[in-house]
Amino acid sequence: MSGSGGIAGIAVAGVYEHPRRSAPDKTAYQIAAESARGALEDAGLRLSDVDGYATSGVGPIGVLSMCHHLNLRPDWIDSTAIGGSSFVAQVLNAAAAIRAGLCTTVLVTYGSTAASDRFAVGTGGGSAGDPPDSFDVPYGPTIVGAYGMVAQRHMHEYGTTSAQLAEVAVTMRRHAGLNPDAKYREPITADDVLASRVISSPLHLLDCCVISDGGGALVITAEERARDLAKPVVRVLGGGMAVRHPGIGVRDITDIAARQSGKKAFERSGVRHEDVDLCMIYDSFTITVVETLENLGFCELGEGGPFVQGGRIGLGGALPVNLDGGGLSSNHPGMRGIFLVIEATRQLRGECGARQVENAEIALCHGTGGFLGIRHSGATLLLGRA
Amino acid sequence: MAERRSGKPLPRVDEESKGYWEACRRHELRIQKCLSCGTLRHQPRAVCTNCLSSDVEWLLCSGRGEVYTFTVTYQNQTPGFRESLPYVLAYVTLEEGVQMLTNVVDCPPDQVRIGLPVEVAFEDVTDEIAIPRFRPRGGSGGGGGGGGGA
Repeated sequence: MSGSGGIAGIAVAGVYEHPRRSAPDKTAYQIAAESARGALEDAGLRLSDVDGYATSGVGPIGVLSMCHHLNLRPDWIDSTAIGGSSFVAQVLNAAAAIRAGLCTTVLVTYGSTAASDRFAVGTGGGSAGDPPDSFDVPYGPTIVGAYGMVAQRHMHEYGTTSAQLAEVAVTMRRHAGLNPDAKYREPITADDVLASRVISSPLHLLDCCVISDGGGALVITAEERARDLAKPVVRVLGGGMAVRHPGIGVRDITDIAARQSGKKAFERSGVRHEDVDLCMIYDSFTITVVETLENLGFCELGEGGPFVQGGRIGLGGALPVNLDGGGLSSNHPGMRGIFLVIEATRQLRGECGARQVENAEIALCHGTGGFLGIRHSGATLLLGRA
Repeated sequence: MAERRSGKPLPRVDEESKGYWEACRRHELRIQKCLSCGTLRHQPRAVCTNCLSSDVEWLLCSGRGEVYTFTVTYQNQTPGFRESLPYVLAYVTLEEGVQMLTNVVDCPPDQVRIGLPVEVAFEDVTDEIAIPRFRPRGGSGGGGGGGGGA
């Protein structure tokens, strides 16, 4: 696979995931800066090589403060704010910017102290800031509730069960056991998931991602340049982004953004589903994985429940998903997208030790941002070993 | 902003949504119908997303619908909601064919199901604002009535 026209020839040259899951002694900026150092060292580059910068989750003009903190004066900046998928989308934006000649070397950073700040990521409320919010917030939508409504409809239409959803959590925990940095590593069973308290029906506590501190960074550059750098080249093969919302009040809530962004990603890259060796799927909740796999086309709509059973999405299965343990067990500081790209890149380089997918050549990352059943974004990225 | 009775967040009333909230205050559920192309839309907007017209009528809804999907919320840290757990968040499909986010009230949460027939029940949360929620249909008749809090 050589990648698609518009963004062909771009590579992920450096990645770093901050190992801390609890960092009450640090700020988000410090975590981001330490992650930037890690990714640049991984690539064999210096901060002075960076002429493009992207970050998210830092407030409306926080990207300027981050540039200040890192003492960067880049030629290209991006602070895409489409929720947890932002960092996946930013790989595409960076690739396009490099191809367009706007910059040559893009640093992407993320840092968060969500856990130490005791930020109620999934169960806080909102305020009626923008016009659409006024029709939502009087009713008490939480993030968990927005995903719960999708799960409820999925169960109604397709007969999906809580035990099938639990299988996703069990598999992620098994993978986390192979990741020394993961927040929760003790094995769990489907019964443990079903016995955990309901947060917003039909989702139990163990159907929900963890809340952690953390961060990470990426370095994106031209493939030609990446060949001279420290690590094996991982190519950007293609991608897409999309959004879903209630529109004017008519929609199928199980039709998520992945259906559109995934289709674009496969078309643009020329990759076929059967070519994909592993998936990094934003697992904010167990239902997110089931919905995403279906909407990406790995199985028929409605078949996601049976699809995740029987070990298929585990290490050694036909389509291993979230080898790092995912948001369900490894880390979730609020916006998980960057970790999808980091783990996928490391898998394609063969650096993942006990959780390594053997001979992984092509990986798919899909980030979901926002409130799945209300307004959300999706960003799909296909990466390939050179 | 007017005094709130429930502690829950209030909608912001603006030029685009004023007609909707004024109708709610009269305990009428009205959605917009484009006078140019006939498209129904919720939530209200100044510009039709189909034909870009601003000519609009406020269609009076029957107030009846059915539950499209729902979730029983057991955890929400937000003041106003944390005191009323568990509550039911739902999308209801109105008879007119348009979905809206709402709460199902006056019903034990374990009785709520997809397809449940419901009718609008307004809750007067301030002197200016009434919030349309929905309760099971079939029991005590008509559409209007002041609803219980979610």
